[in-house]
Amino acid sequence: MNEKQTYSKDVVVELKNGLHLSPSVQIVQTAQGFRAKLAIHKGDRVVDGKSMLDLMTLAAEHGTRLRLEATGDDAQAALDAIGALFDRNFVIDGVSADRVLVD
Amino acid sequence: MKLSEFVVRESILTDLKLETKEQAIRAMVESLCQHGGIPGADQESIISAILKREELGSTGIGRGVAVPHTKHPSVDRLVATVAISRTGVEFASLDGEDVHILFLLVSPPERPGDHLRALENISRHLRNDNFCNFLQQAVSAQAVIDLLEEADNNQL
Repeated sequence: MNEKQTYSKDVVVELKNGLHLSPSVQIVQTAQGFRAKLAIHKGDRVVDGKSMLDLMTLAAEHGTRLRLEATGDDAQAALDAIGALFDRNFVIDGVSADRVLVD
Repeated sequence: MKLSEFVVRESILTDLKLETKEQAIRAMVESLCQHGGIPGADQESIISAILKREELGSTGIGRGVAVPHTKHPSVDRLVATVAISRTGVEFASLDGEDVHILFLLVSPPERPGDHLRALENISRHLRNDNFCNFLQQAVSAQAVIDLLEEADNNQL
């Protein structure tokens, strides 16, 4: 496989409280399970999706459009896994990441 | 949003000598309530909300930093305090390391944007190694305040 292969996917932050700490942890921990690099673009800004401090500087509120960009030999799998977090709105075991902040 | 605007100066704790997450959070909330205009009657409720949040996942985000937080109706604007621990607090952090720098945030229930911007601000400065190193070496609240102001003014 081509190690430079890059895949991208556009997602929208549907969380009422935006991309706060708890969903950011889910992204970083999921991304760290892959060898691929994960860049997350918000407009002209780009951060490392494997770094908590980087990710939290996005301050992506509800409704923000982000571009996920994975590069590496398992990029497609990484992108699918991160994309799935957004698709299910960061719900784990029936608990929304938003509840973590609200409670 | 500037660090020096939402961190309650008088509540800053340097040389925190507590080992557990609960002890550290309790000391920080007590100091924030005492100096941040939060009714003492709300103190226990804030402490338990923050501890409950920690049970759902540690806010120890790695690199020796933790950002315990909650929303609470006792505040009408976001307030925060800072604590520095030279010995380290066991926080079940993402990277397994003890925590030396703690930012504790209490935000109003209906202002998620403010919470995000505060996290953004804190994270942006914590990416700066100078800020982290100087903060860990700060021996007085005034030294921490000076650092927060320098960070706000991009002087680090």
